[in-house]
Amino acid sequence: MNTGSLDLNAIWFVLIGVLFTGYAMLDGFDLGVGALHLFTKSDEERRVMLNAIGPVWDGNEVWLVTGGGALFAAFPNVYATVFSGFYLAFVLLLVALIFRAVAIEFRSKQPMRWWRRMWDIGFSAGSILSSFLIGVAMGNIAWGIPIDDRGEFAGTFWSLLHPYALLLGVTTVALFMMHGAIYALIKTAGPLHDKLRGWINQCMIFFIVCYAVTTMATLLYVPHMAARLRANPWLFSIALANMLAIANIPREIHRGNDWRAFLSSCAVMLTLMGLFGLEMFPNLVFSNPNPAHSLDIHNAASSPKTLGIMLTMAGIGVPVVVAYTVSIYWIFRGKVRLDQMSY
Amino acid sequence: MDVLLLSRIQFALTSGFHYLYPPLSIGLGLVLVIIEGLWLKNRNPLYHQMARFWTRVFALTFAIGVATGIVLEFEFGTNWATYSRYVGDVFGSALAAEGIFAFFLESGFLAVLLFGWNRVSPKVHFLATCMVCLGAHFSAIWIVVANSWMQTPAGFHIVGEGLRARAEITDFWQMVFNPSSMDRLLHVLCGAWQAGAFLVVSVSAWYLLKNRHEAFARASLRVGLVVGMAASLLQLVSGHSSGVGVARNQPAKLAAFEGLYDTTAHAPLTLFGWVDEKTETVKGEVAIPGLLSYLVHKDASKPIEGLRDFKPEDRPPVNVSFQLYHIMVAVGFGMIVVAGLGFLYFWQGSLFEKRWLLWLLALSVLGPQIANEAGWFAAEVGRQPWIVYGLLRTPAGLSAVVKADAVLTAIVLFSLVYLLLFAVFVYLLNDKIQHGPEAADLTPSGKMGMRPGKS
Repeated sequence: MNTGSLDLNAIWFVLIGVLFTGYAMLDGFDLGVGALHLFTKSDEERRVMLNAIGPVWDGNEVWLVTGGGALFAAFPNVYATVFSGFYLAFVLLLVALIFRAVAIEFRSKQPMRWWRRMWDIGFSAGSILSSFLIGVAMGNIAWGIPIDDRGEFAGTFWSLLHPYALLLGVTTVALFMMHGAIYALIKTAGPLHDKLRGWINQCMIFFIVCYAVTTMATLLYVPHMAARLRANPWLFSIALANMLAIANIPREIHRGNDWRAFLSSCAVMLTLMGLFGLEMFPNLVFSNPNPAHSLDIHNAASSPKTLGIMLTMAGIGVPVVVAYTVSIYWIFRGKVRLDQMSY
Repeated sequence: MDVLLLSRIQFALTSGFHYLYPPLSIGLGLVLVIIEGLWLKNRNPLYHQMARFWTRVFALTFAIGVATGIVLEFEFGTNWATYSRYVGDVFGSALAAEGIFAFFLESGFLAVLLFGWNRVSPKVHFLATCMVCLGAHFSAIWIVVANSWMQTPAGFHIVGEGLRARAEITDFWQMVFNPSSMDRLLHVLCGAWQAGAFLVVSVSAWYLLKNRHEAFARASLRVGLVVGMAASLLQLVSGHSSGVGVARNQPAKLAAFEGLYDTTAHAPLTLFGWVDEKTETVKGEVAIPGLLSYLVHKDASKPIEGLRDFKPEDRPPVNVSFQLYHIMVAVGFGMIVVAGLGFLYFWQGSLFEKRWLLWLLALSVLGPQIANEAGWFAAEVGRQPWIVYGLLRTPAGLSAVVKADAVLTAIVLFSLVYLLLFAVFVYLLNDKIQHGPEAADLTPSGKMGMRPGKS
């Protein structure tokens, strides 16, 4: 649907992608730190990890909330079909996110060992389960889900847990773990920093193996994506950028440039989501086995007027948000220093 | 149990539990701005100590508010998918606005509010406090706009037919400023200011009863009573305005609130009663003749529509609506009395000897919580059988593909989690209160200790 020279539907496809990519880049490291949490052993180390993300995790999570809200407003049929279809999976995701959130706030408020242990497990399990379920959801979107002629989900909860989706779930945990480890490197010093440097290698290997298997599985078993790649060979340039970004991470870590490693990790996410988006476009949810029922940017969208209003909101809101978010990260720059206000 | 009833229960449970917290965040946010503003002005160390203590309480309520809030955003899609398709343009855009303009603001600056005491100058920290407060208030705006559109839809037209029918925006500002949104926004905000203020009043009164932290408690009590009194009085004005609006825009709802079956001139305002829906009478009714007509029309001789003007399938559950509404109003008046007594004797100087009044004030935190919950439930039950008033019935909004056993599983899961959260919340809040304000906070450290003009 064209409005003047603007294809609002395509623009919103991109913006939704931007919101969820932003979420991955930011809350991805919060969830990653959570996934690593139980590998640290001492109370002080665990407090440092919590305080590395402490001031910023809540603002980071808002990217998910806003992404969900934008999806509701721009593509209500996707929001309705996916959220009701993936019902139990989303309930589990919500419970995981709740535990992650409250564990951060509650954990250090009492001195008892059993209390801290309980919330450490809640924080870590919540982070890992959230990452996993987000990956499972992405995997289902890519693989395709059965959609009937009314546009409703026609599968079951268990049908969502097929091998490809589980693979994406594990890959997402691996990706966030790596991302979180790099962020933790930036925020820590001393023995914990050295310990993390050692773990980064294992995180990277874990991710790279998952990434390789996922890439092969996608090319072999997800025909609509493979076909898109075959028809548009220029997409290989993005895949290449993706691989270079991954390769750059160990290089920067080795040189002690933690920040550049983090930016590379962000670039990995950006290029992965970019590839995902370009391989899906204009579909938002692929219908498998009946591709004609796929939800795309036209049949799932709200009215042009709404898309236009939303674009104005985004045009005003996003730059303001980015500006103060950058300032707030700047205020909290540097290594974690525990004081009486810390978690 | 059928999936419709279970979905209603799930939404009631999740929204009811969630709503214990955001009003506290909004009200406490305002209190924090006042206290920190006063500290910046007079540099009385007591006010710095107060700012630190109440910020810690704020952090606890905010965390649970956020955690339970995401559930609601997802729940429109999970359980009410058909409704979501119908209202995506309208409701979805209000929710997206809430995210981009409110949630980012409050959650972003929360970082500086909680952790920035030693990292930024006092003025910058105060700015952060103001931004968190503003963000919390903005989120109230957008969610009330969204819910108000469900009550009094405006600025839209229906496109398509049958299952494919949906509401599309024709005029954004008409949708935002629909007939009830501004009244309801003020009403919600007053309820939130009361919630925060009376939490401060309760804790302060408790300290005074125990003869602990007396200077701290007196200063906090002063702030709490001023905000609480003002909010409670404004709430009365707002309630009246909202009531007139309901009479105009949702007459079946008002009739249910009042248990009015026959359209009558000189319609009475009921004070108590029990509605027997089978015989369509109100048992044990105590009412003031003519007052309802007068309040709505400024003329006791004008009629108010009764429930019999509406087909039975278009009426809300009457007794439930009636009782919830009356609980809200009763508690609302109670708050005015309690706040008034506290306010009066505080300024007269004899409050601290009146233990009975201090006890009343210590319990006052429960008032806004009960009234806020009763009010919301009254508003939503009173809106039935509509999910969008006059346009879409609630059963029609249900998700087509969700089965009863899945919803039951979700209800059990959320109930268990929320029970745990509530227990921990009460435990930690009590612990904070027993611990009291930190003596160390009387000496602002780091950049907070800097006076303006000195580098």
